[in-house]
Amino acid sequence: MATTTRTVEVALGTAGVDADGRAVRTPMTLTENGNVTTLEPPAMGVAPELEGEHMLINIGPQHPATHGVLRLVLELDGETVVRCIPHIGYLHCGFEKIGEYRQYNQIIPWTDREDYLNSIGNNVAFSIGAERLFGVDVPPRCTVLRVIAMELSRIISHLVWLGTTCIDLGAFTPFLWSFQERENVYNLLESWVGARLTTSATRVGGMAADIPEGWTDQLRHFIRTFPKTVDECDRMLTKNGIWVGRTTALGVMSADEAINYGLSGPMLRASGVAYDVRKDFPYLDYETYDFDVPVGSNGDVYDRFLVRVEELRQSTRILAQAVDRLPDGPVNSSDHRVILPPKSRAMSDMESMIHHFKQVMEGPRPPIGEVYVPVESPKGEKGYYFVSDGTAKPVRWRIRPPSYVNLSAISKMVEGHLLSDVIAINASIDIVMGEIDR
Amino acid sequence: MGLSHVSPTSTTFGPPQQESWVATRLDFLVNWSRSKSLWPMPFGTACCAIEFMATAATRFDLARFGMERMSFSPRQADVLICAGRVPFKLAPVLRRIWQQMPQPKWAISMGACASSGGMFDNYAVVQGIDTIIPVDVYVPGCPPRPEGLLYGIMMLQEKVMREKMSDNTIRNEMEPDPESGLYIPASRIDELSEPFGNSVQQTRSGL
Amino acid sequence: MTAPFSPVLPGSANPGASAPATPRNVPQRGGEANPSAAAIAAKFGKLFVRSEVIWGETNVYIQASGVSEIVRWLHDDSTQQYDYLSDVTAVEFRDPEQPLEVVWHLRSLPFRRFLRLKVSLDKRAPLVVDSVWPIYKGADWLERECFDMFGIKFTGHPDLRRILMWESYREGYPLRKDFPLRGRFSRAEQLRQALSITTEGRYSMEELSVAQAFEDLPEDMRRRLAGGERTGE
Repeated sequence: MATTTRTVEVALGTAGVDADGRAVRTPMTLTENGNVTTLEPPAMGVAPELEGEHMLINIGPQHPATHGVLRLVLELDGETVVRCIPHIGYLHCGFEKIGEYRQYNQIIPWTDREDYLNSIGNNVAFSIGAERLFGVDVPPRCTVLRVIAMELSRIISHLVWLGTTCIDLGAFTPFLWSFQERENVYNLLESWVGARLTTSATRVGGMAADIPEGWTDQLRHFIRTFPKTVDECDRMLTKNGIWVGRTTALGVMSADEAINYGLSGPMLRASGVAYDVRKDFPYLDYETYDFDVPVGSNGDVYDRFLVRVEELRQSTRILAQAVDRLPDGPVNSSDHRVILPPKSRAMSDMESMIHHFKQVMEGPRPPIGEVYVPVESPKGEKGYYFVSDGTAKPVRWRIRPPSYVNLSAISKMVEGHLLSDVIAINASIDIVMGEIDR
Repeated sequence: MGLSHVSPTSTTFGPPQQESWVATRLDFLVNWSRSKSLWPMPFGTACCAIEFMATAATRFDLARFGMERMSFSPRQADVLICAGRVPFKLAPVLRRIWQQMPQPKWAISMGACASSGGMFDNYAVVQGIDTIIPVDVYVPGCPPRPEGLLYGIMMLQEKVMREKMSDNTIRNEMEPDPESGLYIPASRIDELSEPFGNSVQQTRSGL
Repeated sequence: MTAPFSPVLPGSANPGASAPATPRNVPQRGGEANPSAAAIAAKFGKLFVRSEVIWGETNVYIQASGVSEIVRWLHDDSTQQYDYLSDVTAVEFRDPEQPLEVVWHLRSLPFRRFLRLKVSLDKRAPLVVDSVWPIYKGADWLERECFDMFGIKFTGHPDLRRILMWESYREGYPLRKDFPLRGRFSRAEQLRQALSITTEGRYSMEELSVAQAFEDLPEDMRRRLAGGERTGE
């Protein structure tokens, strides 16, 4: 069997250097099947065309620092990024399609998995929107519990962001600290709804369960001890020369650009735009809580870091107020066409039994209409757009994904920066691919 | 028929081969060193990846299993832990990563979505990564608790301890069909991917 | 020393308005309309179809031909200042007679207003509508997703490729109502097609000319690529 061997010998020594002092690499001989051909080296004085060549580097989709299955194709001039082309869709799981085949309460487990760092926050966002569509009100206890849920969710999401950003930039310890604090919140969530991550804690018209006895004491303990961890991380990073050096003047978006690109959340606020859905289009009585919205001035990665750390503190402040004002009373709406009646009533009262039957067999049916209620998720303006045709399953369930729109600006943010800055900028956007790809 | 047709090394008839003492001790040494330092390759996609990170963090601690050295390069990894749902767009990537891992390698399918498609029985999601790569341990849960993942890892360790060097089929690389890329028959894939159980009756529309 | 920093505050165009509050007792129909609806009707006459207020949100239906003009006016005019594009999406109804609606969610940060613009596209005609990318850069990926999921072409979009599904995806447009939940092909066939995606097939817009997806690209994009033009990402 004839085999072809082809060997190319390349001169690696400094047999010749060009005008810039770079070694000239010339193939000396070419051996094909034992026949040796000597190649003519290029004429001296001709610099090899290395400057004109840009390198294409592929990051992902499987990569520790892309925060999920994101694929970035970078065109590099040396170490500087000339162009960045993000490819997404590696986690596209057809959420919006499935939403058209499920009843409203059955969609709630999907909201958990979509932005999985903000599960209970998504549950609340969904319920608020669906309740507007159905036209039902919830009792005050439910409203306050939902505020607690959203702020706890904001805290755990920002802690993941903090931990993973630190680990991307080389600081391993804050990752362990933030995940340890997350375990404390997981304990709270687990004792409330039974699950750590995928909570499915709300229903249309109320909550899946009321908080157990002693839960508020656990929460108060968390509120007392959590700021110490935030202070520790702050102390370690905020004035740290390495951290500041690696994050300042990176990925700058001006206020006008940020608004035009549709950025939201800490990305937008770090660029100097004080848009927070809780303040500007409030829900769940957020206008009655006393909290500040941190706004950055430069729009770089460092500002986004500062904004998020400050939001951790503000969330703790809201939690303290919420747990103090938690009223007694029922946690579910009294409109039993929408939410299941208590089991004791369903067993004894005819009307409740019929409501129970209809809801379990068919699901609650909203009137024809459409609604979009945005909330401030840790990533930005999140909202579910429901279109109903009067049946138990929505005609269209659209998720407005803040990370999706935030990530589309990455091509702009990354141009002109170095390869290692790409990782820092990507981390600062705080993306979660589950929400981007849905 | 007749015993003359049975070869002495046939595995269908006769008592199991007796291993020598040296071979069993060597097996034990190799398996022990492999199972107690399985370097995971976290192929984390979604929520299970967060629970995997929590398992690696301080409370549940993968380091006591020798697995704290996450190998994000498949070339240096032993176990592929597929944590999260795998859509069809990601399938060739997973296949490529699996093929890049050198033997000996194992795969843990963490979570319901990786094991069977989970709650995503639709056009976009692979109904179980065992249709793409051979899986050793399935860890159910959505997401599995860290203790559940640890149980799955311990199960894998037991499986590794049971391996024998004399078994020359155990390190066979899967050979996908060059034309279709499937390594199990298409009809079997369709059978595995069918909706089953109660999942299609939940909404009374059969979907 | 750079100039002192002043943040951009929403509501700056409406200093006398009351502080925002959680909406209560929102009526299903009727209720206070967004003044922009009347302004569009007054200015654009024929292009304005109708408007309604559902659950406190104003929906304005306009003609497909007027999208670019109306959105540009809403963005630039000082009495409207819709500087923030929240979402671009589409809705297909279960009733096959009803047209497909393309929906824009616009937000005015200076006025703290929210407006929903809708265009009805007849399903029997090609689904084409103007892109708002020249006005809002954030529309880039939002419109690509609409194209991927519904097959709606946005004229004027710089790079209309599939974004969530892979570029050579052949089963169709997933969010259409005639697309079955589990896809058109069998699972094995879907897997086979997925495994045959060449992951390095398209590294850059220039190299798209050699990759499989070239035939599926829109005509003007192919021409531009063949001419060596770098299209924006």
